Amino acid sequence: MKLIDNEFKFATDDRSLMQSNKEQNPNPTQEKKKLSIIVFSGTMDKLMPVGILASGAAASGYEVNLFFTFWGLQAITKKSIQAMSSQQGGPKIDVNYQEFGPMMAKRMMEMRYPSWFQLVSEAKEQGEVKVFACSTSMGFFNIGREDLADFVDDVVGVATFLDRAQGGETLFI
Amino acid sequence: MKELSQSFRIARTLDARGMYCPGPVMETAKAMKQLNSGEVLEILATDPAAKPDIEAWARRTGNQVLEVQQQGDAVRILVKKA
Repeated sequence: MKLIDNEFKFATDDRSLMQSNKEQNPNPTQEKKKLSIIVFSGTMDKLMPVGILASGAAASGYEVNLFFTFWGLQAITKKSIQAMSSQQGGPKIDVNYQEFGPMMAKRMMEMRYPSWFQLVSEAKEQGEVKVFACSTSMGFFNIGREDLADFVDDVVGVATFLDRAQGGETLFI
Repeated sequence: MKELSQSFRIARTLDARGMYCPGPVMETAKAMKQLNSGEVLEILATDPAAKPDIEAWARRTGNQVLEVQQQGDAVRILVKKA
């Protein structure tokens, strides 16, 4: 939980007020803010904070960019999402924290806490959230556009990500 | 404080009790979209992060927190739409 707290503080740090994008600001009295996340990891313990940050940021009026690459890309295949939705697999918890897996899964059920995928989907409904897939990772894993979940907006490369992330906060998770 | 709160006309109440971060903030953002400018949303929440988070959300989105009261396990927050 410490990690999540730190990331949230970083993402909402006031110093970033100075670097926000004014052009897309719908309200002149408020600075438009932007959060971009490189989703590199594909384990549940890293995908959860992605979902939490993305939905919290979207609700607070941030523009959000999620760039799924490497193991993160594996988590946004139709196959992975289906496995997770039917609770028959999907992303696993990091092997270092494996012993917490069953207990946390049980608690999350009891808390009726949404899955990382539901959080991202809701973030997309609420605000300006874009989901990108890394073309090179798709090549590495032989994943086609049709294999990706419907919530993926586009397949892009590093230049597009950097361009979209410019002027906001960027996290690598 | 209780008397004071009665001077605000509440347009809608959001019961976010039992929800955890980012639930109360998400639901607040959704509920506020339904309100007109100047109307007041009442939020009830048990998440310990609800008070600081909704205050931060309000600062970020330009809405105004009118009142925060602890009522047993729950916090009651009134937010006025900008």
